[in-house]
Amino acid sequence: MRFLFKTSYEQDIRLFRDQVDASWYGLLAIVVLALPLVMSEYYVGESTWVFIYAICGVSLMVLVGYTGLVSLGHAAFLGIGAYAHAFFLTHGIPWIPSVVLAVLITTASGIVVGLPALRMTGIYLAIATLAFSVIIQEVFSRWESVTHGFAGMPVEKPVIFGVAFDDERSFYYLCLFFLVLTLWLTRNLLRAPTGRAWIAIRDSEIAAQSMGVNLAVYKSMAFAYSAALMGLAGALFAHKIAYLAPDIFTILLSIQFLLLVIVGGLGSLHGAVFGAIFVALLPPIIAILRDSIPASMADAAQATGIAPLGVLGEAVGNFLKKPGVEAGIFGLILVLVILLEPLGMYGRWVKIRIFFSTFPMYKAATFRRQKAYMRSERLR
Amino acid sequence: MSFFQADNLAIHFGGIKAVDGVSFDVNKGEVFTIIGPNGAGKTTIFNLVSRIYEPTAGRLTFDGVDITNVPPHRVAALGIARTFQNIELFEHATLLQNLLLARHAHKKSDFFSELLFLPSVRRMELEHREAVEKAIDFLDLQQYRDSMIVNLPYGVRKVTELARALCTDPKLLLLDEPSSGLNVEETEDMAFWIEDIRNLLGITVLMVEHDMSLVSAVSDRVLALNYGRPLALGTPAEVQAHPEVVRAYLGG
Repeated sequence: MRFLFKTSYEQDIRLFRDQVDASWYGLLAIVVLALPLVMSEYYVGESTWVFIYAICGVSLMVLVGYTGLVSLGHAAFLGIGAYAHAFFLTHGIPWIPSVVLAVLITTASGIVVGLPALRMTGIYLAIATLAFSVIIQEVFSRWESVTHGFAGMPVEKPVIFGVAFDDERSFYYLCLFFLVLTLWLTRNLLRAPTGRAWIAIRDSEIAAQSMGVNLAVYKSMAFAYSAALMGLAGALFAHKIAYLAPDIFTILLSIQFLLLVIVGGLGSLHGAVFGAIFVALLPPIIAILRDSIPASMADAAQATGIAPLGVLGEAVGNFLKKPGVEAGIFGLILVLVILLEPLGMYGRWVKIRIFFSTFPMYKAATFRRQKAYMRSERLR
Repeated sequence: MSFFQADNLAIHFGGIKAVDGVSFDVNKGEVFTIIGPNGAGKTTIFNLVSRIYEPTAGRLTFDGVDITNVPPHRVAALGIARTFQNIELFEHATLLQNLLLARHAHKKSDFFSELLFLPSVRRMELEHREAVEKAIDFLDLQQYRDSMIVNLPYGVRKVTELARALCTDPKLLLLDEPSSGLNVEETEDMAFWIEDIRNLLGITVLMVEHDMSLVSAVSDRVLALNYGRPLALGTPAEVQAHPEVVRAYLGG
């Protein structure tokens, strides 16, 4: 058991809590940097998805987890970023200015979408952003001079200052860089007045206002910042997917992002990354299980002589091959998470960490929720 | 010109005249209390002063400035802070974050310097922290610094709200039922704190309160309201003895 003695105010605004924390993150950095050297090309590519999804997760986390505004339209921001970036690249604009322009355009659209958010909350805001996403998807398919509609739009490999990031490994490092940058910038905001203002708006708009927070400005800022990150993710997404089509950026993708932040754990940056790992890696894991379960069960049946094992394996394999199973598993996990662990994977992570840091003094009731009996009407 | 002045203040919700022509002035350095039965319009006056409601008529003047049309988020910077009757803390944040947010009106950093957490931002944060620590010491909240508000008992939350209001460096403090939900001992503590806030910190207090022992202990002057209309104004003893006030509370 370790107790952290604080001797200066500085300690509370540090990036890392203490030396021990910092060295754990250092270790993590080494592992993540070394992974591509030991993994096969295929798994490096799948890990890159984790980074891109994590940027999307941070973006939505700022809006949903920290500011308390719901959005069902984040796939549209991703699409705007992706299409803008692809468009600028095909018109000969170098990579970095192209990304910057794509981010600026997404930011501007974020501010526009944020305008209704100044008057709406909850389900109404969700519907407004959903409408936006449907409109944008329609724009993607109809504005053929820019997006090539359903014919699709190929995206070149990134070339930065003459260096081509044209294989899975180099692109992995590029995405990793942008994820770390995103996490660092967002963490900075969250430990500064802006982040506190967002949290304040989430928990009590009226008190935030009375303490001097301009609701309109900070809500717009949250939308703009969230959209900007989505634009950045969109640019990377465009390269990753290599061929843009309007039916990629559907409501289903937006819902997947929401699932990401909820499963990861609302209100934490760790949650955004955990959620991204979950959302990006579940499909390949299902794909692997689909093939390996029947095979290994058949082996087991042969070895033990129990024939039903082989039949069972075959049945599980066939079930996993059915269309829609993946979405079903996502849904099932979402329901289980909300029921069993409302704080998501991050909540579980905190519990495990506290178990070890207080070992052997862990109290089972540490995280038991106290029922609040005082329920009074609140001023709106 | 008095420190704070409400002149013929009125707000009507449709046909309901929640506040109807209330005038009072608060002198610098006094504790001014508004009392009245439920629904008399006390909290509504607070919401008018903190600019959450738009008055139908009347004028509000604070420290020589007309604040009748100031937007609600500017009120804190002018030096008016408030607490809420039904505790409006930021529940999923730590006590420290709650108090630091109260420094928002004094923030000087912009978005981009915060994005990079420049040394200037770090310096400002440390300054805010110093200011917050003063309030923590004043109200004895040291042990709860890093606790989430959801995990704190009601009495501590009430004190936290007071601390948060003090962190804005107010000149006028609006306390909406500071003793509601507190036990006798906590109410006595609250009375001492209100006196200290006035005497040691030099902050003028405008308060809504039901607990007459607390009202008599700390207030200099009391305004009694009923149905949005003023009934009586004077020292606590005068108002308590006023026949109109007795009738409003006891009927008859």
